Amino acid sequence: MHIAKDLVAASATPLVLGILAEEESYGYAILKEISERSGGRLEWTEGLLYPLLHRLERLGYVEANWRTPEGGRRRKYYAITPEGRRELAEQRKQWDAVTEALQDIWNATRSIGPIVAPALEG
Amino acid sequence: MTENENDTELETQIAEWRAYMLRRRAVSDADVDELEDHLRERVTDLTGTGLHPDEAFLIAVKRMGRMDELSREFAREHSDRLWKQLVLTDEDASASAERRRGLLVMVVCAALGALAVKLPALFGFGFDDSAEFYVRNLGLLVLAPLALYFALRRDTGRGTAAALIGLFALGAVAANAYPFDTDSQSIVLTAIHLPIALWLVVGIAYAAGDWRSGQRRMDFIRFTGEWFIYLVLIGLGGGVLTGITVGTFSAIGIDAETFISEWLLPCGGAAAVVVAAWLVEAKQSVIENMAPVLTRVFTPLFAVTLVAVLVAIAVTTNAIDVERDMLILFDLLLVVVLALVLYSISARDPGAPAGVFDWMQLALVVAALLIDVLVLVAILGRITEFGFTPNKSAALGENLVLFVNLAWSAWLYWTVVRRRGRFARLERWQTDYVPVYAAWAWVVVLVFPPLFAFA
Repeated sequence: MHIAKDLVAASATPLVLGILAEEESYGYAILKEISERSGGRLEWTEGLLYPLLHRLERLGYVEANWRTPEGGRRRKYYAITPEGRRELAEQRKQWDAVTEALQDIWNATRSIGPIVAPALEG
Repeated sequence: MTENENDTELETQIAEWRAYMLRRRAVSDADVDELEDHLRERVTDLTGTGLHPDEAFLIAVKRMGRMDELSREFAREHSDRLWKQLVLTDEDASASAERRRGLLVMVVCAALGALAVKLPALFGFGFDDSAEFYVRNLGLLVLAPLALYFALRRDTGRGTAAALIGLFALGAVAANAYPFDTDSQSIVLTAIHLPIALWLVVGIAYAAGDWRSGQRRMDFIRFTGEWFIYLVLIGLGGGVLTGITVGTFSAIGIDAETFISEWLLPCGGAAAVVVAAWLVEAKQSVIENMAPVLTRVFTPLFAVTLVAVLVAIAVTTNAIDVERDMLILFDLLLVVVLALVLYSISARDPGAPAGVFDWMQLALVVAALLIDVLVLVAILGRITEFGFTPNKSAALGENLVLFVNLAWSAWLYWTVVRRRGRFARLERWQTDYVPVYAAWAWVVVLVFPPLFAFA
């Protein structure tokens, strides 16, 4: 399934902040996590993830630091800040509002169910 | 294929990818580190599923998206990087501590440079009344702090430090001990050649004593070009500053000219020498992108100019006028050609196949070679007619030194464009040749004055 670009962009920040709210992580792991959480339907590119992480860092929502595990290569870890948590809570409220409204509408108008195959033969 | 071979192949591929990525202006060093970590993780995951490392690498790079798109996204977030920002951003703690140390060393050495040009005034050597003193010693005063800067930054060993001090002392003795006449040719020659000799001594400090290494020499050549660009940029900014200072002070009825000619210009200039060196290292990525572009723009233009000069000489059959100014001009021209060649060599990927640009380089070198021959003929004519003088001998030597370099470079370029020679040989030739310049500069400084009885 293809998810529209706008939707991917809009959900990017809360997804990253949500993942980092659980525990600090690094780029590749975040990307994998997002892919897993969405059952492979959200496939982010690096061009989306890293600039986003850098923007969140600039805004102060996440903190980054380079660490070198023993015998490994240095890696940039990102951790959520208190400000990031506040932002996440705020975004969550907004998303809840949107999904609630959508849920309501989906329930009311059954005619646009997820699978409506048009009758082609005839 | 053994696992080891796979690994080295992967490392080469990653190194190439890295070099390519680093050319993007919007992507900084640290970003590439981060992306490389990402790439490696993905390669590891993919090889875990049974892929060969090289296949895994291809897929990982492909997944990362086209580099243009990736760097455009980075550019959108880091729009500041697209401008030549000259201020450091801190990326990580240890590096920022290191940078602070570098900054401190730079400030101290720049201050020493500014001090060095003003200190002689305390002992009665002012700019106006002791112009001769400055003609002899300016290179020394300005370059010693730069050598000190590199010695401190590189933590040079005792042997190298001693060699540096010894060579600068030698330069100081050569410049001051010889009893030159104030308006002799030798004093001008020393003023020109001593800075060249000392600049290559700075190169020893730059390479932390490892001056035999071809790689280090190429780094220093690259550094020289970048340093020069920064110095010009600082000079432009300084010009604006000077203009505004003079203008605003004259508006309130104060004459700032003495301050500017006695303090701002000399001290600022001396400090700029060190600051430019610091900027080259601190903001490497900025100029690295600019210098190859400048080379590419000016190589064809200079090639066309040189060919035009040759055509003009052929049509008018006017001989080259070998007055001192003209000789300097032609030497300068050859040096510029050499710089263009060196620069394009230093920025070129040695593995890349020969292209149009290499033909252009060859044309440039051949045109320069022909002009050099004409100049040599003119100088030799003058020498047989009027005998040796310091100026003509120095010019003859310089042109011979450049001639040998250009001739062999032309030959090597020829083998490259014919796809018979490897480009690396050309690079090797240029780095091997550097000591020749040093030797010649020292000969002019040390041997010429007594040889020509300080004329």
